[in-house]
Amino acid sequence: MKLQEALEIVARTDPGIVRGHNEDAVFADASHGFVVLADGMGGYNAGEVASGMTTTLLSTSLQQVIDNCQPQELDPASGKRFSHVHIAEQVAITNDSIFKAAQSQPQYAGMGTTLVIAWFYENQMTVGHIGDSRLYRLRGEEFSQVTRDHSLLQEQLDSGMITPEEAKFSQNKNLVTRALGVDPEVEVEIRDYDVLPGDLYLLCSDGLCDMVEDDEISMTLQTLQNNLELAADQLIQMANDNGGRDNISVILVKVRGDFAAPVCWWQKLLAWFK
Amino acid sequence: MAKMILSMDGLVLKEIPLDKERLTIGRKPHNDIQIDNLAISGEHAAIVTILNDSFLEDLNSTNGTLVNGQPVKKHFLKNNDVVELGKYKLKFINDTPAQVAPDFEKTMIMRPKAKVEAQAQTPAAPVAAPPMPAPDIQAKAAAQTVVGMAVDKPGDDKTVKSPDLAPAPAQAAKPAAPPAAATAAGQQPVSAVIQLLNGANMGKELELTKTLTTLGKPGVQVAVIAKRPHGYFLTHVEGANFPVVNGKTLDPQAYSLEDHDVIEIAGIKMEFYFKT
Repeated sequence: MKLQEALEIVARTDPGIVRGHNEDAVFADASHGFVVLADGMGGYNAGEVASGMTTTLLSTSLQQVIDNCQPQELDPASGKRFSHVHIAEQVAITNDSIFKAAQSQPQYAGMGTTLVIAWFYENQMTVGHIGDSRLYRLRGEEFSQVTRDHSLLQEQLDSGMITPEEAKFSQNKNLVTRALGVDPEVEVEIRDYDVLPGDLYLLCSDGLCDMVEDDEISMTLQTLQNNLELAADQLIQMANDNGGRDNISVILVKVRGDFAAPVCWWQKLLAWFK
Repeated sequence: MAKMILSMDGLVLKEIPLDKERLTIGRKPHNDIQIDNLAISGEHAAIVTILNDSFLEDLNSTNGTLVNGQPVKKHFLKNNDVVELGKYKLKFINDTPAQVAPDFEKTMIMRPKAKVEAQAQTPAAPVAAPPMPAPDIQAKAAAQTVVGMAVDKPGDDKTVKSPDLAPAPAQAAKPAAPPAAATAAGQQPVSAVIQLLNGANMGKELELTKTLTTLGKPGVQVAVIAKRPHGYFLTHVEGANFPVVNGKTLDPQAYSLEDHDVIEIAGIKMEFYFKT
């Protein structure tokens, strides 16, 4: 099955009901098999500049990269998958552009953005993320958070300083420990996952997961997974009904079928000889 | 700013503002709070404050540290927590609840560099202090809080006015439930029900307690009723046919249900009504 047939993608972003402008940005390309979500931050309108730059730069560069690469193969130079190498490289370039823009233009000073990117190929996906925007997976009835936030709160949870119950009351939910564009270099966390037909992936900004409980998100996805547009709208509506304090972005990726690349007869022969 | 009130046998001895990132308590004189009592260890405990959050850490003291009667090693301090060290009591007061929400929504970066420096300064502190946010951000955040407070109040009022709503929605019971949940409780004094009017399960009632309730046959025709703070909304989910309400076929938009609406989905007729 071709990628664009195997993946059904819906992307939505909403300013919420408190903020006047939207600092989130989303991008989805089913034919190239990748989605990008960024939640910008920094004074005035600079947050949306940072997140907008991220989705634009990453989407154009990755489209070119994906057209001529085998993401699952290993790069002989680094021993890592090409998908990792390309994500790290393109994120570094994007980081550099945002950082330089922030340095050179006073109105953009201090801007930055979070990032989640998921790249689907060969029944697998490579996920890169920075900051507190998340990727969740619904597989069957099991709903789980795939990425771990780069936030002060997550560090406190990991070190056992506070319990998940206490975390709900924490006042520094919004402090991220990593962001794109605030320093000359950034480390992006990159991991690979197997993808099964029927999986439903949710990428979201903290405007959703801070306002709506995971159980509610899970229930909505299970109930409405046959109508992704409605599911995405419903999630945004729930966040807004609960107060909508932040911008809300949602990308849903439903895996309709198998998307392994067709293998040519000579490749099979080659594999047989190896 | 948060503070600790030191007392013994009900007598207030001292009020201690938590103005330092790390404040130590112990018997020896180099501590920020010195308590000269043999039940207190030389270095007994420390309080780490990061913005509005304070954490208590027991420094492996001989006699231990209790919070609200429970022994703790590390504890996230909440308003009115009572910390006990021997006979001494320290009450934690954080009377700035107005700032609970302030920059809840404003994502900020904690720069790694600042983090490393802060860690170097306080080697024992498990987490580092973030740099202070720019003043303009603080001011903006404060303004946003005011808005949030104003929204809160009417919701609370309504809840008080209708105390007979007995089964408060699950949402309201959850600690992290945002203020809107309270408003929801105030606006929906009655529960809504769907009663089947034909088919095998004729007469059966279905209470709409969940946020989303699906109706119909998967693969044939499915619709969903979403429970929202201001009412119940019917929306088409899948299938070639759209739901029919009071004889009219719906469009893809959500339809706000009214009392005694008759819905038809996949050949089944049902009535929506509010139960008092």
